[in-house]
Amino acid sequence: MSEIPSELRYARSHEWARLEEDGSVTVGITDHAQDALGDVVYVEHPEVGQQLSAQQEAGVVESVKAASDIYAPISGTVLAVNEALVDAPETVNEDPYGDGWFFRIEPDDVAELEDLMDAEGYAEQLASEDH
Amino acid sequence: MTDGPTGALRRTALYDLHVAAGAKMVPFAGWEMPLNYGSQIVEHNAVRTAVGMFDVSHMTVVDVTGAGAHGYLQRLVANDVARLKTHGKALYGVLLNEAAGVIDDLIVYRHSEAEPLAYRVVVNAGTRDKVLAWFERHAGAEVQVREQDLAMIAVQGPEAVARFEAVSGWQDLTALEPFSALSRGDWMVARTGYTGEDGVEVILPGAEAQKLWSALAAAGVQPAGLAARDTLRLEAGLNLYGQDMDESTNPLESNLGWTIAWQPEARAFIGRDALAALRAAGVGRRLTGLVLEGRGVIRGGQRVVTGAGDGVVTSGIFSPTLGYSIALARVPKDAQGECQVEVRGKLLPVRIVKPPFVRNGQKVFE
Repeated sequence: MSEIPSELRYARSHEWARLEEDGSVTVGITDHAQDALGDVVYVEHPEVGQQLSAQQEAGVVESVKAASDIYAPISGTVLAVNEALVDAPETVNEDPYGDGWFFRIEPDDVAELEDLMDAEGYAEQLASEDH
Repeated sequence: MTDGPTGALRRTALYDLHVAAGAKMVPFAGWEMPLNYGSQIVEHNAVRTAVGMFDVSHMTVVDVTGAGAHGYLQRLVANDVARLKTHGKALYGVLLNEAAGVIDDLIVYRHSEAEPLAYRVVVNAGTRDKVLAWFERHAGAEVQVREQDLAMIAVQGPEAVARFEAVSGWQDLTALEPFSALSRGDWMVARTGYTGEDGVEVILPGAEAQKLWSALAAAGVQPAGLAARDTLRLEAGLNLYGQDMDESTNPLESNLGWTIAWQPEARAFIGRDALAALRAAGVGRRLTGLVLEGRGVIRGGQRVVTGAGDGVVTSGIFSPTLGYSIALARVPKDAQGECQVEVRGKLLPVRIVKPPFVRNGQKVFE
């Protein structure tokens, strides 16, 4: 069973979002998503300063076997990207909710987080995808 | 072999051992098979540097016997089974349809010492039904074609033969030539594989396969799943049926011309006339290798842009051994050197190379 931390918000496309103390939002892919992809070998980030709308393509994660797009869970401006993933993409597998984060955005409207699922909702989505 | 709970997917004799080892099980060609046991890169590297093992019991094992077996396979297989001079010798080849499209690829083993010559044939899992129907359709009174209910374990890697000998008690395998097999009782041990490494493939009854698998695991052999099998075979430049060739492609445009036995000229194998006509007219495409040394990963289905026209990627992966992406692609025959692959709307520079990419743990292309 994959890990689904209760303090995060989740998008249908398997990204997580965490509201930080400074009001920014950190984004990554879920434990379920990294497990489904397998060994991650390559990550393509958005540009710092890029304006993203919710559900817009924001990057790509490639495993040995498959490529998967990453979507912005909420609208905002990209503040930072996790450059460490360029040389150590396997961090996405090892620590998807920690050091394996993808990018941080300054949200246009932090209330958009409410449109995302909570941990329980995401767990239900995973359970229904299994069947 | 038993049906799964849904009745739809079949399970090999080793299913419970895979689950107990934490394998991620996925549907594959009608079977529930292990994709990986955690990390496909760890599994891949174990095979390249030491030893790994694969459950390949989903492969279809068919014994062809009877007074007409030899002539039958000379008609069905585009390679010539007359090349199998002694018991246990193996031959890689393809089955062609009348239009010279590839029905399947297979290994044929000579499975008898003396006349009448008997053969064991191993074909793919995904093609099982159509190949068995094709065999049935062409069999005559003098030929018996019987699918065998046997398990199959591939032990692969530089340490594979020594480790298999130590665990199984078989002692004479280091002298066994590549593409040859030994049979004892219900066991057949062949020096063959799909990884570009030394190793054996063992065909045996299911209950004994469980014991062998457990003993190999206890001796430190890394279980490896379908995902590692795919990266290993692609590094080794080996085609995958259904991806790199199928009934819409002929062997000459699938890097399989070497498996066609044109001599003796009198041997009328199915597809020969159509293939000879294609060869005479000139085949416009070829299957070759691509490497992308920069960032990014080439995937099957992507467009290849060359100076001689467009081609298409048939299989593409990130190569764990090389640390960059490699692929097989079907390109115009005159395409060479530098070209480009369209990856998500961007044209990335790639280079055409002659496969294989990796053999015995080492990079082998220029």
